[in-house]
Order: sequence, then C-alpha cells, then structure tokens
Amino acid sequence: MNISQLLNQLPGAVAQGLIWGIMAIGVYITFRILDIADLTVDGSIATGGAVAAILITNGVHPWLAVLIAFLVGMAAGAVTGVFHTVMGIPGILAGILTQLALYSVNLRIQGIGTDLGSRANVPMSINKYKDMLVSLRNVGRFALDNPIWLLLLITAVLIGVMYWFFGTEYGCGLRAVGANQQMARAQGINTGVGKVIGLMISNGLVAFSGALMAQYQGFADVSMGRGAIVIGLAAVIIGEVLFGKIFRNFALRLLAVSFGAIIYYLVIQVVLWLGLNTDDLKLLTALVVALFLAMPFWKTQIAAWRLKGGRQHG
Amino acid sequence: MAESAMLDLRDLRKTFNPGTVVEKKALDGVNLTLQKGDFVTVIGGNGAGKSTMLNAVAGTFPIDTGAVFLGGRDVTHLPEHRRAAFLGRVFQDPMTGTAASMNIEENLALALRRGQRRSLRWGITQKERGIYREKLSSLNLGLEDRMGSKVGLLSGGQRQALTLLMATLKEPELLLLDEHTAALDPKTAEKVLQLTSGLIREGGLTALMVTHNMRDALAMGNRLIMMHEGRIILDLGAEEKRNMTVEDLLLKFEEASGQALANDRMLLAT
Ligand SMILES: Nc1ncnc2c1ncn2[C@@H]1O[C@H](COP(=O)(O)OP(=O)(O)OP(=O)(O)O)[C@@H](O)[C@H]1O
Ligand SMILES: [Mg+2]
Repeated sequence: MNISQLLNQLPGAVAQGLIWGIMAIGVYITFRILDIADLTVDGSIATGGAVAAILITNGVHPWLAVLIAFLVGMAAGAVTGVFHTVMGIPGILAGILTQLALYSVNLRIQGIGTDLGSRANVPMSINKYKDMLVSLRNVGRFALDNPIWLLLLITAVLIGVMYWFFGTEYGCGLRAVGANQQMARAQGINTGVGKVIGLMISNGLVAFSGALMAQYQGFADVSMGRGAIVIGLAAVIIGEVLFGKIFRNFALRLLAVSFGAIIYYLVIQVVLWLGLNTDDLKLLTALVVALFLAMPFWKTQIAAWRLKGGRQHG
Repeated sequence: MAESAMLDLRDLRKTFNPGTVVEKKALDGVNLTLQKGDFVTVIGGNGAGKSTMLNAVAGTFPIDTGAVFLGGRDVTHLPEHRRAAFLGRVFQDPMTGTAASMNIEENLALALRRGQRRSLRWGITQKERGIYREKLSSLNLGLEDRMGSKVGLLSGGQRQALTLLMATLKEPELLLLDEHTAALDPKTAEKVLQLTSGLIREGGLTALMVTHNMRDALAMGNRLIMMHEGRIILDLGAEEKRNMTVEDLLLKFEEASGQALANDRMLLAT
C-alpha cells in the first residue's frame, strides 16, 4: 500500500470521472433542470455501450458508433417520456419500466450476429480495433493518445453545446417546464413535449457516455449501468456542494458536475487504496448520496427550528 | 354578435369527481359575453365557481359541455398551452405565475414569446432588455436594477407585479385575474390593483378579474358579475354599478341567491 501505487491509479480515475461526468450532465438535465428523477439511465448507459460495441466490432467507425449510441439513447428517453406524459405513469416508475425493458433490449443488441441472439458481454480489444476513441491502455502515459485529452475536449464541447441550447428560446422554455409547469403552460409551452425532449437529450448523453465507457474499458456489459443513477447524482451533488457558491453561470454549473464526477472517482481510488473492499463501494456511495440529498431538507428543518426558538426568546 | 365578442361562454358545465361521494357541480350553465375593452369584476362566495370559470376559459381542464369562444374562435377543444396565445393570466398564489429559479429578464423573455413557436435563436436579445428595463422601472419597485436576480428572491407583491407585467407584455386578447391580490398585505394589494387598472386602461385590455373585495369590485371595471353555485346570478352594467354601495350589493346577492354571501376572504368595506 505505498503512495506510488495510488498515484498510478489517479489518471485512470480522472478519465473515468470525465466519462461519468458526461453521464452526470445528462442526469443534471433531468434531475435539476426538468425536476424529474429519471432512472432510465441505468439502462440507457448500458444501451450506449451495447450499441457502440456491436457497431465497432462490426467495423463501423467509433465516431459514427458513438453518434448512433447517442440517438438510440434518445429513443430510450423518448419511451420513458411517453410512459410519463402520454400514459400518466409517475416519472420514477416510468424510468424503472424503461430501465427494466432495456436490460432485455441490451442483451439482444449485444447478441446481434451470435447464434443465441443474446449476449451479456461484448469484448472489443484496442489491439484489434485500433481507432477506438479512448482506451485505458494509454491512460498512464503522458502522450497525445492519452484518452484524457480527448475526454476533456468532448466535455468542453458538450458543455458549450448545452450552454447554447438552454440559452435559446426553446431551451429557456424547457427550463420553465422544470421550474414551474403551470407558468410554462400559461406561457404557451407544451409541458408534455418539453419533458419528452428533455428526457431524450438526457438519455442521449447518458448513452453517449456509455459508448465511450465501453471503449475505454474494452468491453460492453449489460450490467455496466447498475447504480449509474446514484453515481450521476453523487457527481451532481458533489459539484454543487463544492462549487455551488462560486459557479453561478450555467456552463460553470455543468463544469461543476463534471468536476464532481472526477472527484468522486478520485475519492473512490483513495478509499480503495486505504483498504476498502470493492464489494462495499456501492453501499458507501449510496449512503453518501443519501446524506447529501438529505442536506437541503435538514437545512430547512434547522432554519424552521431556529425561527421558532428565536420567536420564543424574542 | 357572438362573432365580434372577445369572450363568449355558452352554457359551460363542469362537475368534478362525477359519480363519487365528493361529486361537485362547479359550473352549472354559465353564459357570458365580453366585448372588446370590457373590464368585468367577478364576486361570489367560497366555492361559487369563479376560479373554475376562469380555468375553463384558460383550458386547465376539459369542460363537460358548452363552448368557449375567444375572439370569435372556438377554443373549446384547444389545450391550455395553445390557448395561452390569447390569454394573460395572473393567479392568486404569487408563486404560480413566475419561474422562481429563473431570473427576472428570463421570465419576461418567456412571456414576450407567449404563444409563439420557440426557436433555436438566443432566448433573450439586447433590444428586449431595454424594453424590460423601461417597463420594470414604471413599476417603481427597483426591479429594473435587478434583472439578473432570481425571481425566487422577490417578495409576493413584487412577484405579482412582475406576473402582471408578463401577462400584458404581449398584448392578450383577454386578461384573467383570479384574486391576484388576495395573498398580499393591504398596502401591497392596493399598489398591485393600481398597477392592474393602469395596465388595463393603457392597453384598452379586455379583462375578467375575480376579487373578494366588494369595494374594489364596485370601484373597478365597467361591469360586475356575481356567481353562486356555479351560475352567474347577477350582472351589473357600468351605470348600475356606479350608483351602488357595498350594502346594496350584499342585498342584491341575498335577493338573487336566497342566502347571505359567505366568503372567508371577503372584505366588506375598509
Ligand atoms: N380540481 C378540482 N377538483 C375537485 N373539485 C374542485 C376542483 N376545483 C374546484 N373544485 C370545487 O368546485 C367548486 C368551485 O370551486 P372554485 O374554486 O371555482 O370556487 P371559487 O368561486 O373560486 O371559490 P373561492 O372564493 O374559494 O376561491 C368548489 O366546491 C371546489 O371545491
Ligand atoms: Mg377561487
């Protein structure tokens, strides 16, 4: 357990954090902007991985593969959106239904071309598919093909595009849908369509992140999205807690989400280095996220309690 | 006639929770026609159907039978967000009319585009900001220097004033005000009412204003209607209204409904 062992792990943690940061920006769009807790993401991240893996192993260029993964992710978001708005199913449940359905869909996607027609894991080695966009093989080297550079670039472009989109007339309308539906409708905004579009963009980004992740780790797996929503929320919350006071601008808020994901993975590396068992990671993550989610509630409780106390004394 | 009317409600009926123990007939055959420029005040007891009538105009829920015409168009089957193109609305709860997590100018920019297709052009232009600054400064609330502040930081009165501005920024064919001063303290309420009168007068707007204040109902507008049990039971024109006191009005209500007017927010005089 020497320090150089930890240091060796850090570049990998940064790369993973950047990839999950893209996913977390998707979560931010539903959770913070649209005010929907969307659990589709656990499924759509694996869908992104599955689509990218099956395309790349069949000779499609990785850039085209991630683009298609993005579109398929949007379709998954649309399904949740329709469950929610057209069929009136509560948002959380709508997401769970899609997530469950996607598990089967993902097995089928990954099974394309196999005898069984279904497969839990698709390996794709960087040795064989040399033009994959990112790979953990190069993450420790200070060189141009280190995946961190490309991931930084992708993150920057993505934040730029989101900043532009949510600043447009249409994007402002979407923000209004999340902020106050009654007001949005009174201003002529179709809140149902708005939610569907928001869910599509979010899940598109999540699948895009899954497509990068599959390349980075060298395989796609149906269970790679388990607990993804919690990691996404962790990133959002870490970003808000650490940078919320200084990052006011929307683009900076998204940057904070990405930072949040990186910090999450750095902390994970440290606690693993300190001796935590990998098997206990999800338990730890869930508890930490629960704590942070409780903060705003506790804050108002404490404020109300103080107010009461203050009145009694004054 | 109906063709030229700004608003035409024909035999509106609405029952909430039909067939259950909590079934409630909220609108029981409402007929109302407003000409362009009419400013009608609406009074009535608790549960009389005032809010339901305004919501039926706005399309918040589908009505059971009847028809709603706005500016000669049949909008009965148009969803709420499509009718918004013709309507300006201010609600009783100051939280309802604005988006708290967005700033003042963003709220105004949303309102300026009410009923328009929202494009991928930038959501707020520099030219608009000038207009907003000017309009905000006419409120005398100092909001013109806080255009970048989140609306959630404003007081209830400031939010209602802003909502009014938003409702009239793009001229509505009909302005719907549902007890929009009820949640405010008397002084602020008075200010917002003055603002309301001013905006309606300057714009020559057609408006329906529900109020629990009998004095305001008499003093404002050119027509007064009284609702009871889902029906309009009294309809006073400008002439009749002018010569009437609050006491006369209460008496009229008892005559028409057979019972005393009961509204827990009612302010008889003051
Ligand atoms: N969404 C709803 N679901 C069920 N019942 C409703 C609904 N909206 C209104 N009602 C009922 O319909 C009746 C009319 O309500 P409405 O809100 O129109 O009254 P109002 O005249 O605005 O009264 P108030 O002065 O209290 O605001 C009431 O009995 C009310 O309980
Ligand atoms: Mg009411």
